[in-house]
Amino acid sequence: MFGVRVQAEDFDAGAEAAHLARGRTDVGAVVSFIGLCRADPDAGEPLAALHLEHYPGMAETEIGRVMDEARSRWPLIGAIAIHRFGRLTPGENIVLVATAAAHRGDAFAAAEFLMDWLKTRAPFWKLEERAGRSGWVAAKAADDDAAARWDPDGAGRDAAE
Amino acid sequence: MRLLYFAWVRERIGVEAEELDPPLSVRTVAELAGWLAGRGEAYAHAFENPAVVRAAIDRVHARPDSPLAGAREVAFFPPMTGG
Repeated sequence: MFGVRVQAEDFDAGAEAAHLARGRTDVGAVVSFIGLCRADPDAGEPLAALHLEHYPGMAETEIGRVMDEARSRWPLIGAIAIHRFGRLTPGENIVLVATAAAHRGDAFAAAEFLMDWLKTRAPFWKLEERAGRSGWVAAKAADDDAAARWDPDGAGRDAAE
Repeated sequence: MRLLYFAWVRERIGVEAEELDPPLSVRTVAELAGWLAGRGEAYAHAFENPAVVRAAIDRVHARPDSPLAGAREVAFFPPMTGG
């Protein structure tokens, strides 16, 4: 089972991960990653909320393309990616990536790849709301580097150049 | 051609979508950004540093030299910060 969802609602990470292996006997490993909204108090005024803006016609399609790329690189049995949009407060879920494979190495690597590529390719933008002020989050070079390390020739960075 | 703007590109231009017909001499993403920048102060502000504005053609990531031929929807936006 492979799936991509872009939604305002929360998700049940445990249920989504369990669903990847349900009724099967060939899954030896399920890896899940949950990205959460954090208050980030070190950055001054604590974060009140994140506003996740997205490109509705493209977000799901682009995550699907990243999923296809992961499937071409690792022998996955299943995978799910869910990304939320709208106003999210500290402690809330933002994103879920879960992968299922026969062996843990493939499941771990594919999950990390999905997150690294999703961060630099999926059309989402974060606006931070802090004590009445708001500002757009700047893209991090570290995220570009994380995405690029999967691709020594830089092919995965086309959009980021 | 339908143009879409997101995040601070949208805020600077002041609209989220519009229909425009650029001249035939505008053939690439970079040329479209340059043409838009000449449409007024708000557009000039959005494209003041074209290197940091990304684009998609018909919902696929594009590069500055990507041709616009046949494009129905072009989106401009800052580097993505999801995840």
